[in-house]
Amino acid sequence: MATRRDFLRGCLAGGAVAATVVPTPAVARDTHERPPEALGLLYDATLCVGCQACVAACKQANDNPAEFNALDKLWDSPLDTSGHTFNIIKMYRHGTMTTKDSEENGFAFMKTSCMHCADPSCVSACPVTAMFKDPVTGVVGYDPDACIGCRYCVAACPFGIPKYQYDSPTGQIGKCELCRHRHDEGHYSACAEVCPTGATLFGRSEDLLAEARRRLKLQPGQWTTMPRGRLPAPGETAEQAAKWKAPRDQQYEAQVGDYVPHIYGETEYGGTQVLKLSAVPFAKVGMPDLPPRSSAATSETIQHTLYGGLLMPLAVLGALTFVARRNVVADDDSEKGGQ
Amino acid sequence: MSAHQHAQPAPVGGRLFNTATFVCGILIAIMVAILITRFIFGLGAVTNLNDGYPWGIWVVVDVVIGSAFACGGFSVAMLVYIFNKGQYHPLVRPALLASLFGYTLAGVGVIFDLGRWWNFWHIFWPTYANPNSVMFEVALCISAYILVMWIEFSPVFLEKWGLRDAKKKLNKLLFFVIALGTLLPMMHQSSLGTLLVVMGTQVNPLWQTPVVPLLYLLSAITIGYGIVLFESCVASSAYRRQIEMHLLQPLAKVMLGTLALFLAVRIGDLVARGAFGHAFAPTLEAFVFWLEMLLFTVPYLLIGTAAARRNPARLFVAGVAIMLGGIFLRLNGFLIGYDTGPGWNYFPSIAELLVTLGMFAIEVLAYIIITRRFPVLPREEAAH
Repeated sequence: MATRRDFLRGCLAGGAVAATVVPTPAVARDTHERPPEALGLLYDATLCVGCQACVAACKQANDNPAEFNALDKLWDSPLDTSGHTFNIIKMYRHGTMTTKDSEENGFAFMKTSCMHCADPSCVSACPVTAMFKDPVTGVVGYDPDACIGCRYCVAACPFGIPKYQYDSPTGQIGKCELCRHRHDEGHYSACAEVCPTGATLFGRSEDLLAEARRRLKLQPGQWTTMPRGRLPAPGETAEQAAKWKAPRDQQYEAQVGDYVPHIYGETEYGGTQVLKLSAVPFAKVGMPDLPPRSSAATSETIQHTLYGGLLMPLAVLGALTFVARRNVVADDDSEKGGQ
Repeated sequence: MSAHQHAQPAPVGGRLFNTATFVCGILIAIMVAILITRFIFGLGAVTNLNDGYPWGIWVVVDVVIGSAFACGGFSVAMLVYIFNKGQYHPLVRPALLASLFGYTLAGVGVIFDLGRWWNFWHIFWPTYANPNSVMFEVALCISAYILVMWIEFSPVFLEKWGLRDAKKKLNKLLFFVIALGTLLPMMHQSSLGTLLVVMGTQVNPLWQTPVVPLLYLLSAITIGYGIVLFESCVASSAYRRQIEMHLLQPLAKVMLGTLALFLAVRIGDLVARGAFGHAFAPTLEAFVFWLEMLLFTVPYLLIGTAAARRNPARLFVAGVAIMLGGIFLRLNGFLIGYDTGPGWNYFPSIAELLVTLGMFAIEVLAYIIITRRFPVLPREEAAH
């Protein structure tokens, strides 16, 4: 029964199939932007003194155990974020390490914690919505009761943030959730709450971005007022401020750093809600160079082009069924003929 | 009608207990012991997994590579039922059997790797499911395909147990099951490649591309034919049967065709994206890229001519080359070309390797048992 026509029909089905795996930009998914009321942090590496108060406060706020990496197990000494450590301050070292915030013969600090992406790879990757982005605050949260532990979020994140607890038979993913569980109690992110220099500042991402831009415009070494704890929104009333327990006016006079002219997180992957300023180039302090288009957008564009409304799979199934019906019946007949 | 177009399938027969099955049994026992440790003490107790490499060989080898190796059934069924090449029909059942086990075990193997496996059902539950996730599509599609394959293969059991009515009923619907059994692997074999996309710049540009779904699909189909060459040769030698050369020769030609298509897309994409330069950097990634390319071109040197295709040894080696090429394409994208920054390393632990070996042993053992007791391989005339 193998006629030329059947073969051509098969080719036709093959062509329809090829069409299903060649993405076209027909249903292109744009990179998401930060929600207007997005909350975040501004980390200014030039203000950071490396005291690690934020690391300790984060441990406490998230009820995480100490991790020991020194011989004497006296205090918490995590080397990186982990399933039990959601925030650490890393150190850049070069040459003689004499000057703070100098690329040559200097040292510098960098905070490592969740960036709360506008368009998070982890949220796109998670098959069971255990990683989710709050539609209002934009905080990327995690629900262990939903999680299946596949660790696709760990693999997907360009910042290496979601981490899994490999030491437990019921291990969870651990990551910074911007202390969302404390917001209702009047506490914002513990790291910002305890930061003595305002190097880590909590606030609305929009306000933090404006503050970062302001600092970049100032002359290095110039004295200016630096907020601490939380950056109030412009025109914030005393009533609105009363939502938070920490005192409102904690600003002090400090000198402006010699920043590289870049606000990390302004455009990376469509922007992040945590923003960073640094005097040492970001690539050298472990922040990856990311394009403005998120990989989540690219991935979902491919998926939705192929599977949007199941149109393409159903069309291909129809073609395959049509062709298979003719060919399988023929095959069945020949078998019957033999019996 | 007096004569069959081709030999009907029949059980091979013979003893079930022999050296091969005994070794398989031991490997499986070791695997079970390791898995018990894993489920009591966690993934860290037996694996070298870490947050820089959260996916090790249990995902990349057992699932991503394992399911591609299980594409023989899909590739041959497509050839027979969609392109109406009925002459390959005797190859369908053995190929489908290997696929059935490859996929079923890949599905079971996922559970070993899931950190919170008791929530696995969430993938199928609408309030949890995330249709934006590539993993969601892969999981759903593979699960559906495992089901479809058992239905596709069930005539073997129905024949053995003499359930003629059930088989007749099933035969009427078989065309739809076969269509579904062709569509589903296309969907998830391509999506297994798409899994890489969201990982972004962490994946080397030699393997990070928007056409990765097409590359994984074309390579999976090609591997499917490579596997059939491999399996037919191994089954013939192990059971001392004649090699089905009249089928394998033209099948090898089909394989070279799909391979050419794959290579055209592969190279065209690298050139179009301007990523070819990475292949000439003095890196491990560039080296394994060329290794992958070499393995995918070797078949043309081995079985490029009709005369060469008459040599069963060459067909076998060409099949193995395709399989190794498929291994490297996947290993390179998911592990060797996946870089999460300085300080992260991964090489599978002995325990991880033994579990993967144990999974392979289950496949071999089940293949032996089923082909000896159920009508899968074509009836051997010399046996009568």
